[in-house]
Amino acid sequence: MMNRSLSLKVLSAVILFGAWEIAGHIPVSFAFPTFMESMGALMRMMGDGTMLDAYAETLKPLAVGIAISAVLGIAIGVWVGLSRFFDWLFSPIFIVMQAAPLAALIPLLILAYGIGLTSKVLVVCIMAMPVIVLNTAGAVRNTPDSIKEMGRSYLATDLDIILKIIIPAASPVIFAGLRLGISAGFIGAILAELKITPTGVGDIITYSRSIADYPSMYAAIFSIILLAVLFLNLLERVEAALFKGNQRGYASD
Amino acid sequence: MPQTSAAETGTDATEDTAFEIAVSTRNISKNFGDVEALNDLSLEFPLGQLTSLLGPSGCGKTTLLKIIAGLLEPTSGEVEVNGQKVTGPGPDRAFVFQDFALLPWASVIRNVAFGLELRGVARSEREAVAESYIKQVGLAGFENAYPHELSGGMRQRVGLARALAVDAEVLLMDEPFSAVDEQTRRKFQEDLLGLVQDQKKTFIFVTHSIEEAVYVSDQVAILLPRPSRVSEIIRPSSFRGKGVDNIRRDPEYLDIVDEIWTSLRRYVE
Ligand SMILES: Nc1ncnc2c1ncn2[C@@H]1O[C@H](COP(=O)(O)OP(=O)(O)OP(=O)(O)O)[C@@H](O)[C@H]1O
Ligand SMILES: [Mg+2]
Repeated sequence: MMNRSLSLKVLSAVILFGAWEIAGHIPVSFAFPTFMESMGALMRMMGDGTMLDAYAETLKPLAVGIAISAVLGIAIGVWVGLSRFFDWLFSPIFIVMQAAPLAALIPLLILAYGIGLTSKVLVVCIMAMPVIVLNTAGAVRNTPDSIKEMGRSYLATDLDIILKIIIPAASPVIFAGLRLGISAGFIGAILAELKITPTGVGDIITYSRSIADYPSMYAAIFSIILLAVLFLNLLERVEAALFKGNQRGYASD
Repeated sequence: MPQTSAAETGTDATEDTAFEIAVSTRNISKNFGDVEALNDLSLEFPLGQLTSLLGPSGCGKTTLLKIIAGLLEPTSGEVEVNGQKVTGPGPDRAFVFQDFALLPWASVIRNVAFGLELRGVARSEREAVAESYIKQVGLAGFENAYPHELSGGMRQRVGLARALAVDAEVLLMDEPFSAVDEQTRRKFQEDLLGLVQDQKKTFIFVTHSIEEAVYVSDQVAILLPRPSRVSEIIRPSSFRGKGVDNIRRDPEYLDIVDEIWTSLRRYVE
């Protein structure tokens, strides 16, 4: 099983990169380098420390933003899911946040919070948090009554019911929200570096494009996607380790 | 309209007084908005015996059971367990759910120990208790399986073991065998008779099946459709001691099944 899914992953990577290599050779555009050229640029930038410096910058708003979005997002989501009042209070904010065109909000953020870390963290949060909150709230609200009732009949306190029943029951959907939110957070982090001030990975992209060093530009884009994929895989492992039995549907199905 | 009170069937009225009463419900009424689920229902459950609640679908059996469990508040009337008024769920009662209500993310042993976990019993202690009940319900070897890996019958055994593990005096069972196949159900019924005999517990058992009710019960309470009240109490007496294999052939068993069907059939039309 494990081996098969691993080899499938390798196979799909080989096909993707192969297609990239061929497309680079045709070439589809003079601005589209081959896979090998891009990997070369990636190796070079990793060797000379450019990448390291860039990620030291980019990871700051990304890590802070994602941590805030995950912790606060799940907490607010649980609250919103449990209480009609908090639903009324918070849900509209996150629905608007999710629907709002972020590019249009960035000038406002800069006006209010300047061009520093705060604005970038906020961009990551605006991208990541709504889906985490809304997914968590929906899942909490849909916890099967029968297991909550079971908890009460076996003398669970309200806190027991939240921690030992509602959150584990909601966890598959919470994790789905986290995956979506974190991917969006990665987009937000790069967007912030392209639209607010060019730093980190966003700087590599902007600068190498301006000097027509396309392999470096694609290497930077590739590296951020790779990081996102690795992180999401890690998240999947965490989920599998925490809630084993949730893997295959519900007992009462 | 026949205004039935606890009717004269068999020998009950005289015998009732002879038993110590574990649970009594007095003048219970329950309305859900406009729906009158229970109306002025009074019933007593003798200590150490199994009482079935039998009645057509929607007549309020689950509602009554949940009121006894303290999960629902009656609109009026009261429930006493061992002389104490019920105000909510308590350690003296354990519930077996029709849909099992297992935690899908928890292993069998954690599910069985869940009631003890909520009571703050230390892990090693509660797992030891859980293990012995898992063995007793015939699931030894499945301690670390997850609910989705078990059959319906096995899941209900987990639900039963969870209820037994908290060692409550009263077991409330809501159609526990309705989701399992006929063979498993018969085996469960036999096991249940054994449990009632050696567990000194009071069982309140909801079922749709007339045969099942007569087979497992010391006392069968027949409920009328909404608004529900007790129409008859029947105490099968003669075949209880004859061994599980002979019950289904016993003339009294067959007579009682027939009699209940006669009194219920007019509500089915
Ligand atoms: N939460 C509720 N809200 C509104 N009405 C309810 C609720 N629970 C039960 N009822 C109503 O009360 C009546 C009795 O329901 P109950 O579930 O107790 O029946 P039952 O005898 O257990 O039926 P079954 O044998 O089908 O399980 C039904 O008519 C149902 O519509
Ligand atoms: Mg019911």
